[in-house]
Amino acid sequence: MAKAVVTWGIVSLMLMPLLYGTLAQAEAIGGFVVPTSKAAQLDRCVEPTEAMRRYHMDLIRHQRDTTVYGGIRGTKHSMSGCVDCHAGHDASGEPIPVAAPGQFCQACHHYAAIKLNCFDCHATVPKGEAWNQEPEPTAPEANWMMNLLDLHLPRGRVTP
Amino acid sequence: MKQDHDTIDQGRRALLGAAAVGAAATVGFSSTIVSAEGRKTPVTAEHRWGMLIDTSKCADGCTACVDACELENGLNLQERPHGLSQQKWDDQRSTWIRKVRLQDNLSGQITQLPLMCQHCEKPPCVDVCPTGASFKRADGIVMVDRHICIGCRYCMMACPYKARSFIHEPVEHKFTRAPRGKGCVESCNLCAHRLDHGENNTACAEACAQTGHQAITFGDLNHANGKLRQALKATKNRQIREDLKLNTGVRYAGL
Amino acid sequence: MKRIVYREWLIEPERYWGLLAILGGVIAIGGLAALYMEHHGHWVTGMSNSVVWGTPHIFAVFLIIAASGALNVASIGTVFNRTVYKPLGRLSGLLAAALLVGGLLVLVLDLGRPERLIVALTTYNFSSIFSWNIFLYTGFLALVIGYLWTMADRKGQPFNRPIGMFAFLWRLALTTGTGSIFGFLVGRQAYDTAILAPMFVVMSFAYGLAVYMLVLIYSCTADGRPIGPLILRRLKNLLALFIAGILYFTLVYHLTKLYGAKYDAFEHFLLLGGGTYTLVFWLGWIVLGSLAPLGILYHPELSKDRDWVSAACGLIIFGGLAAMYVIIIGSQAYPLEMFPGHRVLEFGAAGDVGGRVASYAPSIPELLLGLGGTAVALFITAVGIRVLQFLPESLADRDVDPHIAAKSA
Repeated sequence: MAKAVVTWGIVSLMLMPLLYGTLAQAEAIGGFVVPTSKAAQLDRCVEPTEAMRRYHMDLIRHQRDTTVYGGIRGTKHSMSGCVDCHAGHDASGEPIPVAAPGQFCQACHHYAAIKLNCFDCHATVPKGEAWNQEPEPTAPEANWMMNLLDLHLPRGRVTP
Repeated sequence: MKQDHDTIDQGRRALLGAAAVGAAATVGFSSTIVSAEGRKTPVTAEHRWGMLIDTSKCADGCTACVDACELENGLNLQERPHGLSQQKWDDQRSTWIRKVRLQDNLSGQITQLPLMCQHCEKPPCVDVCPTGASFKRADGIVMVDRHICIGCRYCMMACPYKARSFIHEPVEHKFTRAPRGKGCVESCNLCAHRLDHGENNTACAEACAQTGHQAITFGDLNHANGKLRQALKATKNRQIREDLKLNTGVRYAGL
Repeated sequence: MKRIVYREWLIEPERYWGLLAILGGVIAIGGLAALYMEHHGHWVTGMSNSVVWGTPHIFAVFLIIAASGALNVASIGTVFNRTVYKPLGRLSGLLAAALLVGGLLVLVLDLGRPERLIVALTTYNFSSIFSWNIFLYTGFLALVIGYLWTMADRKGQPFNRPIGMFAFLWRLALTTGTGSIFGFLVGRQAYDTAILAPMFVVMSFAYGLAVYMLVLIYSCTADGRPIGPLILRRLKNLLALFIAGILYFTLVYHLTKLYGAKYDAFEHFLLLGGGTYTLVFWLGWIVLGSLAPLGILYHPELSKDRDWVSAACGLIIFGGLAAMYVIIIGSQAYPLEMFPGHRVLEFGAAGDVGGRVASYAPSIPELLLGLGGTAVALFITAVGIRVLQFLPESLADRDVDPHIAAKSA
């Protein structure tokens, strides 16, 4: 009995630095909300942080099918919400793609060595910023007028 | 399965009281009501979206519908890869709608029309897709679930209208509402994002109306008294490749 | 008649390893080509929104139908009970499996999202021929492995005939399925016909046998195993018959298009005015790929010469690739006819193709990927016959034909 305790004690002691290292790194990642992102100003995410860390992929995946097949968009768990809040900005206020190295999504995925492929297809900067200048769909009755005004405005690419 | 998720979602939403007004409206009224902030219930077969294109009103030299589509769906954000000729790029870039000019072999008469995905009731692209990525939404819109598209291009082989495009190059810039990425297939989705936000028109139809040509009438094929059905009733029209009996959602008058 | 003895391939190690090194090199280059295409996207290939399937598909479809054809030799022995063919069965099974793996690899590596292959293997749409083919291909592989076991293991002997029979039916279904990938595309003038399915079956007979004979002649010659004139004659006669079958189906196919469906414009394009495609059809598919080998195989003297027979097999394989080129590329290059009675003046942007023939130039990476898949098939075959007992020690007439054996005894 005593022997076992001693053995386990030694093993634990030997594992300690390893454990500490992991914790330290987890802490560094855990604190990672890009300071220049909207998220930095908010108390919490759409779900508790722990839940988001563990289950964000499930939430996004669920929302994805709801959107693609059901046409329900822009709800609480939509991925465009993640991008809107978590995209960082450079000194001149231009958004930095969330999938860029060191940014919110990529930093953690890189650490966990999990391929981040949402952004093969999805926009990497918040709606309405930089090149992602899509106009908000307007209310049906206002359409005609709005679009008349909009006609000569560049809606697509923003000249740098 | 999907139904279950939706119920849960609704429950959660109600609990949190987020977007309380919208949620209350949805629970209270029928699923047809779509608020401007976006629909809260899945699309149903109650509507079947479609179009009537009157070729006699489609003007020579006008590309308003094409331009509007490009802007609406971020197609103009596509960039030609370095070292690719313009000629080849024209045939490789994603194109959802094309202006087509035809000449009658006998009379020499010229006809113009915009050509896009015809949103068949029985789409060949959906039949052939091995994974089910190419699908028809409940409201009749034919589209691609690019999360499960493997990029085999069989749908492009099957489509009689050359409506689909394969994304040949990595895409850096794309709108939130029109995702786009290398290796998947895409095509016109009747501006589904607009419909999902309660708008009742597509970018192309809207642009055509703004030019004053009014060649494109967008509407609900299931709505007997709606403007589309009325227009279809008033003008003699047909489907392209009617011989295939695909019952397309897009019809043409004067062709 | 002696008992048939099978032996591992006994060529000198330098030669064997040299062969593997060459094939390995081709495979590596093919793999790099696939990585290159995958990394940059398909814009680096000759493919476009008009010609969506390119050179990789030529190789893939050829290898896949050749795979099912290669199994025929075993089927003739088992299903149709021809004793002479029995010693040829093991190689036939091995080659069938190897060719299928090579072909599928090419097909998969050309996908826009090859990393999502798992999606294709887990989500099915049963109205798609493609989905069915996934089952047909994997089932074929499993069946062939089982079939090989019944041929090689005494315990498997009783199952030999039932499994062989089943495999034969399965391979017919497989080629029908492959042909139907094209045959049921109603939107395209070139395809919309059910005759493509039986045509693919006959093509598979010929191309599979041609590949089989080349491999057999090469591997037997390489380590000095005799092949009797009688067995060679039988094989080459069969091959000639299959080629005649292809010619017949090609004729019926075009007649169907000319008279049945009135696709005159398409026929005019393919047979007369299609430039490269017309040339490849007449010179590649008909003259070099069918008539020339037919001439060799029916020539009283040349057909006895092993080298000439090999040359005929080579020509048939070339013709097969030419046929695939015409069927797959030519048919896509031809514009979709959407507006009968009209000429298309404009179709979107200047380079966007509609109403006129699309251009397609095969790119080097596509070609390398195709060759890589072929090399995979040959690599598997080479290793297989080297380490396991696939090749009979002798194919001399007295060793394989009971009648001759009885006479000489």
